[in-house]
Amino acid sequence: MSTSREAKAERIRHLLETEGDAVGQNTRGFNTGRYESVADLEDYEGLKDEARAIKEDAIDRLPELIDDLTEAVEANGGTVYLASDAADANRYVREVCESKDADRVVKSKSMTSEELEVNDELQSAGMDVVETDLGEWVLQLADEAPSHIVAPAIHKSREGIAELFRETFDPEDPPETAEELTMFARERLGELIADADVGMTGANFLTADTGTMALVTSEGNARKSALVPDTHVAVAGVEKVIPSVEDLQPFVELIGRSGTGQDITSYVSLLTPPVNSPTVDFGDDTPLADAGSDDREFHLVLVDNGRMTMREDDQLKETLYCIRCSACANSCGNFQSVGGHAFGGETYSGGIATGWEAGIEGEAVAAEFNDLCTGCSRCVDACPVKIDIPWINTVVRDRINRGESGEFDWLVEGLTPDAEPGGVDLQKRFFGNFATLAKLGSATAPLSNRLADLGPVRSLLDRTLGIDERRDLPEFQRETLVDWFRARGGSHVPRHEADREALLYPDTYTNHIDTSRGKAAVRTLEALGVHVTVPSVPASGRAPLSQGMVATAEERAHEVFSALAEPLDEGRDVVVVEPSALAMFHREYEQFLAPASFERLRDNSYEVLEYVFGLLSNGAEVDQLAGPSTDRTSAVADGGASTDRLAYHAHCQQRTLGLAEHTVAVLEAVGYDVRTSETECCGMAGSFGYKSEYYDLSMDVGEPLREQFGDEDGRDRRVVASGTSCLEQLDALLSRDATHPVELLVPDG
Amino acid sequence: MTSGTVATFEESLERLEVGWTHTDAAGLAGTLRTVCDDPTVGTPLPWADVTLPDWVEDDPTADDVRAAATGVTAAGIGIADYGSVVLPSTDDGSEPVSLYPETHVPVLRRSDLVEGMPEAFSWLAENVSGEGGSAIVATGPSATADMGELVKGAHGPKAVHVVVLDDADETEDPR
Repeated sequence: MSTSREAKAERIRHLLETEGDAVGQNTRGFNTGRYESVADLEDYEGLKDEARAIKEDAIDRLPELIDDLTEAVEANGGTVYLASDAADANRYVREVCESKDADRVVKSKSMTSEELEVNDELQSAGMDVVETDLGEWVLQLADEAPSHIVAPAIHKSREGIAELFRETFDPEDPPETAEELTMFARERLGELIADADVGMTGANFLTADTGTMALVTSEGNARKSALVPDTHVAVAGVEKVIPSVEDLQPFVELIGRSGTGQDITSYVSLLTPPVNSPTVDFGDDTPLADAGSDDREFHLVLVDNGRMTMREDDQLKETLYCIRCSACANSCGNFQSVGGHAFGGETYSGGIATGWEAGIEGEAVAAEFNDLCTGCSRCVDACPVKIDIPWINTVVRDRINRGESGEFDWLVEGLTPDAEPGGVDLQKRFFGNFATLAKLGSATAPLSNRLADLGPVRSLLDRTLGIDERRDLPEFQRETLVDWFRARGGSHVPRHEADREALLYPDTYTNHIDTSRGKAAVRTLEALGVHVTVPSVPASGRAPLSQGMVATAEERAHEVFSALAEPLDEGRDVVVVEPSALAMFHREYEQFLAPASFERLRDNSYEVLEYVFGLLSNGAEVDQLAGPSTDRTSAVADGGASTDRLAYHAHCQQRTLGLAEHTVAVLEAVGYDVRTSETECCGMAGSFGYKSEYYDLSMDVGEPLREQFGDEDGRDRRVVASGTSCLEQLDALLSRDATHPVELLVPDG
Repeated sequence: MTSGTVATFEESLERLEVGWTHTDAAGLAGTLRTVCDDPTVGTPLPWADVTLPDWVEDDPTADDVRAAATGVTAAGIGIADYGSVVLPSTDDGSEPVSLYPETHVPVLRRSDLVEGMPEAFSWLAENVSGEGGSAIVATGPSATADMGELVKGAHGPKAVHVVVLDDADETEDPR
């Protein structure tokens, strides 16, 4: 392994060991909570659409809304400062605090203030800055960075916090339980808030009509920070402005559910500062009712810091819709394993962090963690404003690729007939051109497989391309699926006898490596009366896309559509075995094809078991398919795994398309008892798990899957999975062979 | 207010482990006596013929608020779907009174219960925002999970008990 890969692998291993357990437990808890909480909503999708539309409109009209907001805040008696960058914002905040002779500033949690690093500025000016959110306070004491945008100290255990308090304060009766630790912090911070001079908060939303800010919190510290000191400074990115108070409604219903899985957080403060609550002056005998609020001062610092440029960038613009709920982090397999200290930049973490960091700090910062988005797409459904987060990650990856100066290398020359400029990282180029390699691999098999298995070759592959030696390499078949189909004389169901006609799409894996599942698909469809064709069609472009090679992926999209347009016009359905290829047709091709072309392909292409499900729903006889009772021989071959009990892992992208249920329904219809995995992604994610620097992470992401399918109920189940990489990963995680579900359906074996 | 909305509100409160008591203007003092721990502070209720009992300090100083065990304030509306109460911030200090003491007792007129968040935001847009108007949508007690597990009572109250006035005059608004 190269030294930079080794260093990266080492850092990931360290985080897996030190922070992985706490991060995993918390994020998975949030993620489960999200599923449960959104299920209670009558119209979840409708609310998301509403939220998205409000953000689209707001970002579209942003300059106008900023003017309206400024007018409203000033009419209320507050001040608005539009800061061009972090230095500008920090200077302004410092000057406000200095004008109040502030000794202490208390802060409630704000990612924007983290982005600004305003604490450093104020501390350098001699002020005491105190974070009052308990998690942020813990990090301030420990001098650590947040590992999660909502729960910043998610990586710290209760024991770790207890030890930190002991070391820092040496208390007589050291707090131990979560309750004691909380009360200890409440008491200390309560005193610090009581005589603070300035309270700083962020703002989750700002309404342009009335100058109202919404703060979404649970602890009550934001309420105190805004209430107790007479001077309130709020810092917020310009993207936080929405038109009106009524527009807050869908966000208030979505933000807690999407993030930590709470229906709503304890407090949603709607403050229209300077607020009319009397100033709170402890030690003063004046009743509150007589204290008045005339002393109150309010400063809203609206931060640009790259956002207005992001607004002009068609690809990064969507990032500005982000409401920082953390759903994309919690639903991400890689994030669940390593947290924001690996999967994050200067400030932001999780899937959407690539957009934020690229826009605010620059692509170099995003480059450090951007690879951790595998494009599994599980965050797509989770995002309350429907941001295509994987696409932003892909675009930024492409830009990073283009920015790198590379060296010409003989190793991949000829294997990389792509549309990318020089300089794309060798490893990315290799995986991005996998379809070319597969062609060569099949043409020269079995020699290619024997060669690839040789120790010196594996070691060379690891050194030069970063292909981990611990992974089994895919074995190329000499006879491709397309060749096999031609050799058998085409479809065994004549066209004139068929109810339907389908083109089975020979994706790279099904065509060159796992041809058995392709053959099983052909036979299964034929058993249900379908006339099948398996022509040669170009690769889908998934492989280059996942490496950020967008131009190459786009070329593939046009080639694939050209090859499929006529069959589609002839009324053939396109049936796809590999979910990641189908996801290209259904999601990413929208970026590449003319709208009518995209819709035609999307509306007429199906995942293979979705198609079987459709055939069965339309009158095809389930008796035509094999079931558990006819499957005894292969069960014996698999080492005695149960013949009628299955453990099924759906592919991540298949789940995002809502197509996992069809497989379960079909398997149950033929008589299997099916248990499904409760994990977002297997961790292999195409080429990701093959990369030396990510091997350990990939295996760790798969660990919950190993536990679920290895427990008492799962141990003797036969393992089935829909995706190629899931099958590879399950083979590696469990000591059982994994099978594609369609292989269980083929009549007479 | 339909009885269905009240039932939904109560189900939500139950989920939140928040207690509630139904009473009327005449029974308020007795009800508060059973749910408040001394010392109790409050801010005057904005409805005709509904007053806080004498033993509630309704003109507190900041120190009174900090020393109090219970704070009693009026809720503008209740949101049935969520079990939330909307607490308008008033110039006599309802915000600190509802925030500092260990127990918060919001007093809500039954007629001010609304079904869900859309109704709540229509009300908020009309009654609260603008010119210093502020309100807290409060749902259960303050809470944190930052210390390793969920703890009720972080910087704000550890417990909430909602008092529902079943007969209060519907014509007057709390602001």
